[in-house]
Amino acid sequence: MVQPLLVEEHPLDGLIRADRMPHIWCPGCGIGIVMRCYAQAIINSGIDIEKHVVVSGIGCSGRVAGYMNIDSYHTTHGRGIPFAVGLKLANPELCVTVFSGDGDLAAIGGNHLIHAARRNIDITVICANNFNYGMTGGQMGPTTPYGALSTTSVYGCPEHPFNLVNLLAAAGANFVSRWTTIHVRQVIDDVLYAFNKPGFSFIEVLAPCPIGFGKSNDLEQGVDETLLYRERCVHEPDTALDKLGIDLREDQPIYVGRFVDREAPAYQPIRLEVEK
Amino acid sequence: MTSSHILTGRYFMNGDHACAEGAIAAGCRFFGGYPITPSTEIAEHLSSRMPQIGGVYIQMEDEMGSMATVLGASAAGARAMTATSGPGFSLMMENIGLAAMMEIPCLVVNVQRGSPSTGLPTLPGQADVMQARWGSHGDYGVVAYAPWSPQEFFDLTVHSFNVADRYRIPVLLLADEVVGHMVERVEIPEADKIPHWGRKRPIGSKKEFKPFEAIDDDLVPPLAHAGEGYRLHFTGLTHDERGYPDMSADTHQVLVSRLVEKINRNPKDLIRTETFHLEGARIVVIAFGSTARSARRAVRVARERGLPVGFLRLISIWPFPEQLIRELAQDVDAFVMAEMNLGQMIREVERHVEQPVLGVNHAGGAMLAPEPILEAIEKVANNGSTSSR
Amino acid sequence: MRQEIRISGFGGQGVILAGFLLGKAFSLYQDLETVMTQAYGPEARGGASSSSIVVADYPIAYPFVQKADVLIALSQEGYTRYRGETKPEATIIIDEGLVTPKPEDQPLRIPATKLAEGLGRRIVANVVILGYFCAISDIVSREAVEEAIRTSVKPKTLSLNLEAFEAGFAYAKIEERNS
Repeated sequence: MVQPLLVEEHPLDGLIRADRMPHIWCPGCGIGIVMRCYAQAIINSGIDIEKHVVVSGIGCSGRVAGYMNIDSYHTTHGRGIPFAVGLKLANPELCVTVFSGDGDLAAIGGNHLIHAARRNIDITVICANNFNYGMTGGQMGPTTPYGALSTTSVYGCPEHPFNLVNLLAAAGANFVSRWTTIHVRQVIDDVLYAFNKPGFSFIEVLAPCPIGFGKSNDLEQGVDETLLYRERCVHEPDTALDKLGIDLREDQPIYVGRFVDREAPAYQPIRLEVEK
Repeated sequence: MTSSHILTGRYFMNGDHACAEGAIAAGCRFFGGYPITPSTEIAEHLSSRMPQIGGVYIQMEDEMGSMATVLGASAAGARAMTATSGPGFSLMMENIGLAAMMEIPCLVVNVQRGSPSTGLPTLPGQADVMQARWGSHGDYGVVAYAPWSPQEFFDLTVHSFNVADRYRIPVLLLADEVVGHMVERVEIPEADKIPHWGRKRPIGSKKEFKPFEAIDDDLVPPLAHAGEGYRLHFTGLTHDERGYPDMSADTHQVLVSRLVEKINRNPKDLIRTETFHLEGARIVVIAFGSTARSARRAVRVARERGLPVGFLRLISIWPFPEQLIRELAQDVDAFVMAEMNLGQMIREVERHVEQPVLGVNHAGGAMLAPEPILEAIEKVANNGSTSSR
Repeated sequence: MRQEIRISGFGGQGVILAGFLLGKAFSLYQDLETVMTQAYGPEARGGASSSSIVVADYPIAYPFVQKADVLIALSQEGYTRYRGETKPEATIIIDEGLVTPKPEDQPLRIPATKLAEGLGRRIVANVVILGYFCAISDIVSREAVEEAIRTSVKPKTLSLNLEAFEAGFAYAKIEERNS
């Protein structure tokens, strides 16, 4: 018989608000894994924990701001990025991360996403992409594959989804990568890399949403989508950006990797000599 | 604050520029906005001035982003502002509500133009006053000021930052196109003559600190900033004293009541009015912003003609000075409310008095002239009500 | 004392700057109550431009010109449009090279643009006519306007502007002697 291993401490104790547990995420949800990676990157970063700030918008991923035991701002629908921009510009010593979902970041916050990338503002955006609006019960969103079923696309999604990597690359982000919740090590590494990378960094992490997305699209268990990642993910960073679209329902590769890593100068407010 | 950044002296300056210099004098070091007529000169001036003084000017992609980035900057400790006009003000309502809920201080300037919708971009209006009060969804206290001159635009910009910081609220400065664009003498005081009320800051243990616990009678919790080691949590959701979401009716009642009550409880700091010719007045004219200039002339002429008329100028339009209105109502027979809209603030006056209130209104596009206000005064004076008591 | 002054012309003639300089002179260097406004409405399109100054020795409530005491017109359109909004006894000054007055009108005339061209830059016609107005007006101080010019224009155009002001001022004085 397997003996349970009892430990006094969890490695993330200091970084998670234990008094906010249990979290609201469903069984099989991938967001917690992504948060775990972010927390590990904070520990590994060597940057004073007091200087880390997390900002999110609305939605299941947005709840991360409420669970992390660092300075955290849970803002309104889509406005996490501009709020984060204000924090960073007012206090450049802060290490500012936006943690939110695909719906929040790419639909209602889509304009802020592309403009923050265009300005190449020195923040990190972690996007947990679960292909739907999960918290509100599984409506279609900007990443829902064409034809996929949701509570607002009961005849199949009539729209084409964003290829977020291509979008962010075109908008001007300095760093763009994509992984899934099975790529824990790579996500930690890339978040850590992004902390220290000047300019705008965008890390997309595909995450199962069995209740909101999976159940309507033949991925009823979280593990189904996880297994699918393992079968289909292809690490080919040289793949043309416009070939990086995702459709979980098709038998097509899911390209993962670091797709953009460039050195364009990060946004700086103009500073003149201060007259005395 | 470095006093050398304050351009102490006398200037011939338009209202928008006076607002921008008022912001700098108040220690504002962050402007996030989207240019829109007739507030654009504020953005232009600060885009030139902020780089000189180590501040930030960032031109955002829209007004929703502008409002959000201002809140972020303020949460990191900066005095922060934006400036806009009607169409942008509508878009900012979302995060004005977030500012009220998170209790993050900031200044939102609305140089009003003819509205609704795109309306009259280059011409004045005063029809956003009820939107200023009720524009974001839900209940929350509001403080809004309406300057009548470039000098007062400067002074109220400073005051608005002080009120915002002191009460942890977004303060709305409702200028209008006339005041924004007119050029007059503006005197910028010495640095030590510029009032400065700081933010109430936490004391004691960082670990025990609750960012939404209002210990003091004023119901304003101390404000801690990002990066100071408090491990803060701020949310737009209903939250308890720790800032943690709490989806209960009881917590909601306590929180929202406090957001309203902290404004109601402190009228002395917040309400500002000015009165002229009240001695012996049987009629009181009420106006605010640029319209108050026409009203003042109308009242002066009416007095010269021997009519018993006085003048109340609202400098703060929210909170509304209802106590003062009720006091005036003890002694007068009628009120005249002049405003560049089709009858918004008149409802507030009517709520508090039993006497007739005659509205002088214009939809906007041109400053309300003295003549129709004078006609209204004469009409009220001649209908006999003034001699009946 | 309350005087309402309107300066009108077309875009690019600097009527806004002329109004600003005059207003600044009154406000800061003569300590008079002064408001300057400019037309921002649809009438400001199509090349027409105007600025207005109200100056008084008591606080100014209503800031706009209703019936002008002085109309300075640097364009035909500026003259035609605003001539009706002047008092019967108003002082009218026109650039005689650019404005043909109504037959019944007897305005003061100065070839402002021509004099400005004589100085090498027609763009300073606004300051020439300001100099002229200063010379014929009993409420404007020459020193005040010159100080407004010194504290407002770009350093490299200062001497040109002061020359232009002097040219307009001298033209009035010569006219005065000849009349």
